Parts: sequence; structure tokens; C-alpha cells
Amino acid sequence: MFVCAGCTHTQGPAPAVAALKPTGFGSVLIESSGSKQIGPTGMVLAQPLVVQVNDEQGAAVTGALVEFSGPAEVSFDPASGLTDSSGQLSTNVALGGMAARYQLTARTLAKTQKPIDLKIEEIALGYQEQLGFQLDNKYCARCHSSESSAERVSNYDNLAVKPHPFAEGDTLNKMTDAELTSIISHGGPALNKSALMPPYGYTLSKSEIDALIAYIRLISDPPYRASGMVYAKP
Amino acid sequence: MQSSKNSSSLWQTLFGHPIRAFGVVSLLLLILLAVAPAKNHFSEWRHYQNKYLSLIGNRSDAVTLQRHFHDHDGIQQIWLPQLGVVDRCTTCHTGLKEATLADVSAQPFRKHPAIPHTLDQFGCVMCHRGQGPATTVEEAHSSTLAWEQPILPARYVQSSCGQCHRAPLTGTPQLNLGRNLLSRYGCVHCHTIKLPDGTAMKPTDDPPSLEHVADKTTREWIYAWLKDPQAYAVTATMPNFKLSDPDARDISAFLIANSTPIAGDTAPLSKNEKAPDPTAGASLYGESFCASCHAVQNAAGNVVGGDVGPELTRVGNKVKPEWLQAWLHNPRIYDPGTAMPHYRFTDPQLSLLTAFLGNKTDSDLLANVHLDAATPEQIAHGKLLVTDYGCASCHEIGGIKKPDNFAPELTRIGSKPLTQILFLPGMTHAIPDYIAAKIRQPRSFGAALKMPQFTLAPAQIDALTTALLALTDRAQDMPRALTVPAKPPSNYQPAGRAGQLMSDLACFSCHAINGRGGDMAPDLTWEGSSVQRPWLQAFLKNPGTLRPALIRRMPRFNLSDGDAAELADYIMTVYQNPAFDRDSMPNSGYPPAQVEQGKQLFYSKYACQGCHIVDTKTDKGYVGPTLTQVGSRLNAAWIYHWLKDPQAMRSGTIEPNRNMNDEDARALTAFLMTQKGSGKQEAKK
Repeated sequence: MFVCAGCTHTQGPAPAVAALKPTGFGSVLIESSGSKQIGPTGMVLAQPLVVQVNDEQGAAVTGALVEFSGPAEVSFDPASGLTDSSGQLSTNVALGGMAARYQLTARTLAKTQKPIDLKIEEIALGYQEQLGFQLDNKYCARCHSSESSAERVSNYDNLAVKPHPFAEGDTLNKMTDAELTSIISHGGPALNKSALMPPYGYTLSKSEIDALIAYIRLISDPPYRASGMVYAKP
Repeated sequence: MQSSKNSSSLWQTLFGHPIRAFGVVSLLLLILLAVAPAKNHFSEWRHYQNKYLSLIGNRSDAVTLQRHFHDHDGIQQIWLPQLGVVDRCTTCHTGLKEATLADVSAQPFRKHPAIPHTLDQFGCVMCHRGQGPATTVEEAHSSTLAWEQPILPARYVQSSCGQCHRAPLTGTPQLNLGRNLLSRYGCVHCHTIKLPDGTAMKPTDDPPSLEHVADKTTREWIYAWLKDPQAYAVTATMPNFKLSDPDARDISAFLIANSTPIAGDTAPLSKNEKAPDPTAGASLYGESFCASCHAVQNAAGNVVGGDVGPELTRVGNKVKPEWLQAWLHNPRIYDPGTAMPHYRFTDPQLSLLTAFLGNKTDSDLLANVHLDAATPEQIAHGKLLVTDYGCASCHEIGGIKKPDNFAPELTRIGSKPLTQILFLPGMTHAIPDYIAAKIRQPRSFGAALKMPQFTLAPAQIDALTTALLALTDRAQDMPRALTVPAKPPSNYQPAGRAGQLMSDLACFSCHAINGRGGDMAPDLTWEGSSVQRPWLQAFLKNPGTLRPALIRRMPRFNLSDGDAAELADYIMTVYQNPAFDRDSMPNSGYPPAQVEQGKQLFYSKYACQGCHIVDTKTDKGYVGPTLTQVGSRLNAAWIYHWLKDPQAMRSGTIEPNRNMNDEDARALTAFLMTQKGSGKQEAKK
């Protein structure tokens, strides 16, 4: 929050909304939609995050208080609220300034005041990863993703040798950056793999290939850890 | 003597013996002298530098990091006189250039993410704003009495790219979207935005003229639309003016009374007693690929279809059937500049489609609209309101001049002085917050304000704010040599009768030629080099499908033989790539050995079947066009040059450049030219 020293109406953080009084209590908190999204750093994710509070019988609970929290730079609009008649609460999430996976938490209270937490993960792409994401959309996803839309029908099922989805960390995490660069630049045969993977080294620039790799590394599941890097103690 | 003794005793009580006094004064002087080094020692930036040293101290690469740091300790400065940049940010942001700090998330030590510019060339405030020369956290990041521009929140950082880059960049989707929205939502109809090159930003939304609106629709629909445009169509870009019932009544009265008829824009409906078959209407709608441009909201609430033309979910509530039939017959009578092609529908097709679209209604929409006949006072008041709300800024309205500068100019809105802004209570006093709030809820700044309420998603509001924040003093005053200008828009118009035909068929709504036109369909700039004339003419008559997976396809316009021949001739003659002669290679008669070699290359070395289909029994590739009859569609010379460098033939195509040698390219061309299709094409000739 930035303070305008020259102004008389200086305001700190927006005044907290008058404390919400929950009128309902649930026992289960589930994610309805909006998790596992990929969006640029610092920006509002395309879809709102929607969570739902249910009771023991699985029926939606109206008026349950849900609070969202996350790492320092993440913002929620609203950060807390009461569930609607379908037991849901929707919030717009803006991720922080660092390209990373963000672990967010939604919390509601059971009748016993015991907190019920739901962990949600979203991924923020920096400039480079964002570029890679767009290149993936344009060049790669038609074969490497099995998801079809009306605008882009997947070619995945048509291929005799199946390509690896980019989030497939079990396979791709074992490959070094040099190997990935090589297979993107020179095609499958460069690593004794299928010729169905064509070479893109004469179509994409070096920085574009780097961007693609940065993107692949970030969305990898399980997460990618570069070998040999030592992490500072927190 | 007494007094002197007294004064000396005073002196002595204060400082004692002169020598002691000398000592005290020296000490004071020494302390005073120490203030500057102490301030330096206890300064904020040194505190951060020390914190950085302890952060890197226990890393495996500590020695390298420490060496980098000790080459640059003390206050750091990036000075770029040409850009007016004096940035000391790197004094505290010590790890910006350290690649190995990728895992550090603590500020101010984070590594800067990879971007196409370097710190040394551009500094920091060019992108992040804030006060560069400051050496305290507060002064650098916040507004102060002497400095208004605080640091830019990360969500708007792409606006800074837009200060120099006028053309859309792959890396700035948010900025591109925002600029697109400024034109598409018609912001620039009312607000002037002058670009640094002297031109003004142009709207792309083409709001309909209201001069003949009574031919098209009813007063009741206009009333309902004015009250809530999104109730009629969720995708409507028309904003909500929050009109009172009497105001909406009077404006609708004026618009209908002011409308003049045009000959031929309504057609008598055929007296067909038998109700037309609804499934036949739906299939004609599908076959004509109306959905490529028009969206319809389905039962699940999803909007499906293109956004070139208006949404048609409730079109039956809006248009009069007589007008609709005449429009479908030839839209250019009512609106000569429309993006809608002039389909050559037959009479039965016209009544079928009119009935099909006429049934797209929502019984609730106009159920509660009951308007009495308009009085002259209402019409006069309506005219007053139309002038007052600046309706003519967007719409052509007979007898009302388009107002100049109806709303404040936004050319330098990103640098607007805070003293000129009225903030709402509780609002952060910063430009980005002001712009975003103004777009989100314009009337929250005063119920009497004229700016209407737009229906925008949060991401769209952020994008618009980003595009507006790019309009700064710096952007305006940047030396031209340092900016990256946008490509000037092309006003290419093909000549002669073929040119008229292409306007009539609205080819440019989907295809681009010589830099003008849409991107829904392939660029046709080199189409004459690419295709064989018999195929082209047959395709214009009856467009087949080259890409079975595509939902957007070329519609059939029912062209006459003469029109198809005229167009084919023009395309074959004019749209040729000067880089090669399309007849330089034969289209058939390649030696079988070369054809066989090409086939081997196709299936093994280059594995083209991954994306293309040559043999429908074995190949499944759906990414590129089907090649089963490519030998009667494309010219051999085009295929050869395409294989050598696809992007040179059509920039942006996704087929990768294989760096193919001549021999392989020739053999593949020979093989592909043997794919002549089922023979239907030959038979037609």
C-alpha cells in the first residue's frame, strides 16, 4: 500500500469490512472451480476462485464464513465473505510478482470453532514463462495436450507415438535443459525419439526456446527442482 | 572588576578551565563531524546491503556473490541521460542480476525475472516508475511532497512497455488486450487519444447508424435496450447509461420519430402458409457458417460463436422480419460498410433463414414494455437527451452533429497530476487506482456524470487500466528514434470489378491481403502463386473443407459462374509472390523414383503424417490441411518454396522450417503433386 504524503486524506489499507457474522457452519470445504490456473505475475487470474461449504450430509451451507489467505503479495477480492444460497463463495485472485507456484488457503470454521482448511494451488508466469505459454499455445499444444476445444481440436490421439504433456514432471524433470533445447531445436531423432516431433530450431529463436523451457519447468507436476542448486535457509 | 570576575566565573562554571573548554569544544566538533559518517553507516540502504551479505553468506556460491557485491558496494547509480534516468534502485536491490538467486523470494534481494531488456540499458523507473534518485525506501516507492509518481503495481507493469512499443508484442498480452478494448468498446469515440506519432487512436467497433432505425426495429426494443443492453445480449458492448424510465421513453420516441426510411431495406414476406421447417433453418444457419461471426447463448448459458457480428440469441425480439429478410438478401442496402458478406441466398433460403432467426426470442424481454404514443414534448426532450449524452459520438443520428471532444482527452492520462484528480474517500491516491475505479464504476464519482457503466470482467478492467497508464508524458516526449512504432494501418483496396465483388462479399472481414483484413481465415496476399486456377474457381463456387477439424470455414455465397471466374482471374493475376515464378516447376510428370523417394521422406524422415493426411486409410494428422488432393490444388513451385521456408510464404504459420535441402524438397514436391484427389476435380473441368 502506497502512502501519499502530500495528501490530507491519506488512507492506509482499505478499512476492514465490518466483521462478518457467520450464520451457517459446515464441515467440509471443497473447491468448486478456479484452482490450478495459470496466469501472469501480479495480475488477476482469468477465472474467479470458487469454493463451497458443505455439511456432513454433503448439502450446501449458506452463510458460512470463508477466509482466503496466501503469500504476502497475493491479493483476494474479497478476502473473506459468507457463502451464498448454493453454499459458494467466489473471489478474484491476483498472484504475486514472482513467477512461482502459489499455495493459497481457504478457511472456514466448523461449529466447534475448529478451522477447516482447503489448500489451493495457482501458478504465476513471469515475462519469460508467459512468452513460453503463448508459444506452447501456438506451436505445441495441438499435439502435446489432449484437451480439445472447438477452436483447437487436439491432435494427440492421432499420433502413433504419444507426446509428453508439458506438465508431466515424472518424465520431463529428468531431462536437462540442454536435452530439452536439443529436442526442440533438432526434433525427436536428436534424442533417439520419434520423428513425429519436428525440429523447431529454424522457426523459433534461442530466446523463444529458453522461454518454452522456463514455462515447462514452472508448470511441471511434480514440481521441477534444478539439480545442483542449493537453497538458502528460510 | 566585579563584573569581569563574575563573567569569568560564569565561563568557568560552564566550561571550566580554558583547556578543558577547548577539549569540550573539540569533542563537540568531533561529534558533529561524526554525524555524516554515522548517518551513512546507519542508513537504510546500508542496512539492506548488510542483510544481503548475511543472506548470501551461507550459500554454496557465496564467494562469487560476495565478489560481485564488493565490486559494487556503496550507493549505486544507473545514469542514462538520453532517457532521463537516474536510478539508484540497485543500491538496495542488490541481487537483480544474480542468476543463482532464482529461488530467493525476499525483497529487495530477488533476482530480476528474464526480460528482453537489460538493467544497464534501461534502468528501473522506465518500467517500474517511482523516484529513481531516492535512497530511502519511502521516497523511492511512494508519493512524497516533491514526487507524485509512486511505484507501479506489478499488475500494470506492461503499461510501461507501451510507452515505447506501439505495435503489439507477444510478451504483453494484457497491454494488447487493453489497447484492443479501447478501440473495440468505443472509448475513443468520446475520449480523444493522440498517439506520439501525431495520429489519433481509432475505434474499431462500428456502432450502427440510427438514421433509419425505425425500418429495423421497434420503439419497445429500443426502450428495453437503452434500459439494459446486456439483458438483450450478454456480449453487448453498448454501455448502460442508467436512464430513468421517462428518459428511455423519450429517447426511444425521438429515435423512431427522427428515423427516415430507405427504399429496399424492407422486403415483403412471402405468404407461405406452411410453417418453414425449423431443422432446415438451423442447418442453413450452420452451412452458411453464420456462427463464425455471430454468437448465440446456449441453454447452459455459454456464449458460442464468433464476435465479429452481433450476438443473435434474442434477435427475433429486435429486428422486424421484413427488415431481416431484406438484410439477408443484401445487407449493403441498409449499411454499405457492414462487415457482413452479401450472400446470394435464394428466395426459399431467405424465408427459411428469416423464420429461423425470427424464432430466436425471449418472451420476457419486452413483456413489460408498454409505451403510449409519443408526444411532441417527449420527442423534443428525447432529442435534448441524445445531445446531452453524446449519443452521436458513436452513432450517426439524423440532424445531430457528432460532438468534438465530448469527453476529456486521455492522451497523457498516465501522467495526470494528482492535484487535478478528485479521489473518492477511502481510495488510494494514485493514478492506477483512480483509472481502474473510474472504469469500474464511473458514476461513483458523481451521479450526474455522463460516462456510462460498461460491463467488463476484472481482467478487462486491468487491461484497460494498463493501456491508459501507458499514455504518459514520457511516452509523448520520447525521442522518436527510441520508440518502436506500430505498422501504419493499411487501406489497401483491390481495383475494378473484382474489387467491388470483394467488398460486396466482405472478404476482408476474414482474410487479410496486403496488410488489411481479419485473421480468421488464411492471408491471401500470395494466393495467386499458391493455388491452381481450376481449383480456385471451383472452390469459390463451392468451398470444400481443407481442415476437417475447423468450425470456422469459408461459407458458400452462391456465386454465379461469371463472378467466380472474375474473382479467380483477379486473384491469380494480382496476388503473386514476386520471389518466384509459379510456373517454374511442372504440376505433374515427375519420375516414379523421385515420387517414391518423396513418399519415403514424407512418412519417415519428416513424419509429415503427424499433422497432415495424404492417405485417409492410414494417416490421421489433423493440424495442417488435408493433402489428399494437394496436387490439383497447389502449384509445385509453391509447395517447393513452402517446404524450404514456410514462414517466408506466410508469416506466422506454425509449420516448422525444416531447413530442408533442395533434393528432399524436390522429392517431397514430386510426391505431393501425385496426390490429385478422387478425380472429381478433374471430372468437373
